[in-house]
Amino acid sequence: MDFSLSPGAVEFRAEVKAFIADHLTTEVVDQMHATGTFNDKAFNAALADAGLLAGAVPGYGDRDPIELYILFNELEKAGAPYDGLAVTMLVAGVVNAVGTDFHRSRVLGKLLTGRFNCCLGYSEPDHGSDVASITTKAVRDGDEWVITGQKMWTTMAHVSDWVILLTRTNPDVPRHKGLTMFLVPMDTPGIEVQPVPTMATERTNATFYDGVRVDDEWRLGEVDGGWAVMGVALAFERGVMGGTNPAVPLLRHVRDWAGGAASPDGGTMLQDPLLRERLARTAIANQVSQLLTLRAAWIAATGGLPGLEGSMAKLYATGRYQQAVGWFQEMAGAEGLLGFDADGAAADGWIDYDARHAPVTTIYGGTTEINRNNVAERHLGLPRDR
Amino acid sequence: MPVGSVSPMDLDLTEDQEAIRDVFADFFSSETGPERARDAEPLGFDSRAWDRLMETGAPGMGVGGSRGGGATLADLTVVVEEAGAHIAALPLVDHMVATRLLATVGVCDDDVLAGTTIVGLAIRPAQDGTARTVPTGAVARRVVALDGDTLVLVEGDPGAHLENHGCLPLADRPLAGATVLAEGPDAVAAYRRTLDEWRTLTASTLVGITRTALDLGVGYVKERRQFGRPIGSFQAIQHLLADLPGLLDGARLLTAKAAWAGDRAVAGQAGVADIGDNEITDFAALACMALVSAGEAATTATDRSLHVHGGYGFSEEYDIQLYFRRARALSVVLDDPARECRRLADLLLAGPSTSSPSGAGSDRNSVPHGGPEPGGDADHLATGATR
Repeated sequence: MDFSLSPGAVEFRAEVKAFIADHLTTEVVDQMHATGTFNDKAFNAALADAGLLAGAVPGYGDRDPIELYILFNELEKAGAPYDGLAVTMLVAGVVNAVGTDFHRSRVLGKLLTGRFNCCLGYSEPDHGSDVASITTKAVRDGDEWVITGQKMWTTMAHVSDWVILLTRTNPDVPRHKGLTMFLVPMDTPGIEVQPVPTMATERTNATFYDGVRVDDEWRLGEVDGGWAVMGVALAFERGVMGGTNPAVPLLRHVRDWAGGAASPDGGTMLQDPLLRERLARTAIANQVSQLLTLRAAWIAATGGLPGLEGSMAKLYATGRYQQAVGWFQEMAGAEGLLGFDADGAAADGWIDYDARHAPVTTIYGGTTEINRNNVAERHLGLPRDR
Repeated sequence: MPVGSVSPMDLDLTEDQEAIRDVFADFFSSETGPERARDAEPLGFDSRAWDRLMETGAPGMGVGGSRGGGATLADLTVVVEEAGAHIAALPLVDHMVATRLLATVGVCDDDVLAGTTIVGLAIRPAQDGTARTVPTGAVARRVVALDGDTLVLVEGDPGAHLENHGCLPLADRPLAGATVLAEGPDAVAAYRRTLDEWRTLTASTLVGITRTALDLGVGYVKERRQFGRPIGSFQAIQHLLADLPGLLDGARLLTAKAAWAGDRAVAGQAGVADIGDNEITDFAALACMALVSAGEAATTATDRSLHVHGGYGFSEEYDIQLYFRRARALSVVLDDPARECRRLADLLLAGPSTSSPSGAGSDRNSVPHGGPEPGGDADHLATGATR
């Protein structure tokens, strides 16, 4: 085994790091946390203009797929707003993989400019993990489809130009055989976006579709073939495009805070033996998370679809992140409860922020329970129980 | 999927390593295994398997040059993962790393290379002239130890076996009359490197144990029926086991990275340890991380696998208890994993802990304090000296 990156990948990483150093200003970070929208169009556009988005679409082009991992891993480690970008590039990958020339010419090129966003319309109020049971209807009317229903957790819908929308086109067949995916322009009449605030300040949305009419050319994949499109999207989503190293900035923030924070036992918190042990354990978990993610990227780079390996990486990384946040918030005591704007907040409020954010990481993008089911059934070969 | 630039990154074994894996998977499968491990208890030494292993050249394969096998540390991890997976009761890891150390100081004779004379490693610094709980002290005629800043070799009959949890051939070894191999900072550095090799190969052994523990658990829950169904169809059982592949693969990748860093260090390539950027290529840090990670994987996997066996897992008749006890023994025989983590923190973070007993100049292992620099390891020695 060789864990060194290729010269090209090393160069790419250096470019990304230099870009982050130049463009990830305090204002950008403050803005993302003030608005709860982890997407910055100017930042994304600058990334594209610097030529750094070409490798960011899973399965697209001739760039080393390791670059995809590097880009999102560097953005995540730096604490940059990348959530909107990751979803957008994921949709770009799906469009490239299953879309038509119409989709590619109308959408893909725009997405690569960094100036447009997409969001995911899968979940509904009553259908989350059991996504094959969704009820948002698409009914054919000549060359058009008429879509009616409601989606939930449509994060970035309020800044998006398109939504990929999972709909039911046939209620009379087994549930996953009657689904069809559409790429719907968000300015189509009949779409309404309502904000859903969360305890971590991150904004998500509920979206409503009332007789929304789209031409058949916006259909993505076959009629009643939506489940296959979902499969492509999920394989791209899990593991590689960020989300597996959230404890790297956490560890950095806590380490930097601990060096200057007085311990009630005397000395600094950085001299506290239990905190040192936990910082070390978090550093180990960060390495393991990185390696599991790198493996998923490596599988993609050698022609595979790393869905299962991505599940393993997400399962491990998000569990360890939550454990670490819990440790550090306890050890910071009352100061660990204080937010960004409070005087004396431990780690300038990052501990409070991460403790608020961490719970969602084992929920969104495939819950820990669903990932465990995947590993149990598809990796360990245990009998399906649903 | 088109691939542009060709990456040197390669997360597969080399062709040679695949061949090594296949040869030793066959060997340990036929010459060792749970029945043989049972027969070897309580001492924990399968002398017949050791005799056969000598025919393969494995005991000396880690020594370079014309005399040994020239295997890299990465190659050795492949061998010992198979030994762990087949619960081999053999002093292989300790012999391999001690032999490599002896070769660097020029006292590695043919009997040692062949394995006719078994060499052990005192993994804890000597205290009051005795190396305590040497992992293979009850079967090794020779033992390498660090006494203060002096590297010594003791030779004589193996020590009296200390009956123990994992049926390891543990014994105390008095160092009276030992030969001095080297002294001073170079001696300490050589010993530390050897200990990091021990950590890496022990981690790989634990990865092998984890792998088989998972296989045993999965195999059992597919067969065992309750309430009219295989118990492996219940999510309560599935989810206990579903966390384990990530732990297993993560520990294996981290161990492989540690071995890679160890081989690079030999080639003169220094590593870094930057936790702020999650960039760790330093051998000492990765060896410690690998041992903690693999120890956790193995203790978790054996614990969960034993649990899903129900009462049978607790009985001597079933194999999982062998793996359970061995996993715990190899995870703690060097030190409490929490103390290993604090030692790791000394490598990764600025400044020593308030609890560190390394009062400046107060301990006899007075080696230059490494502080935050990668490879600095003085606190570990000091910590060990107070035990």
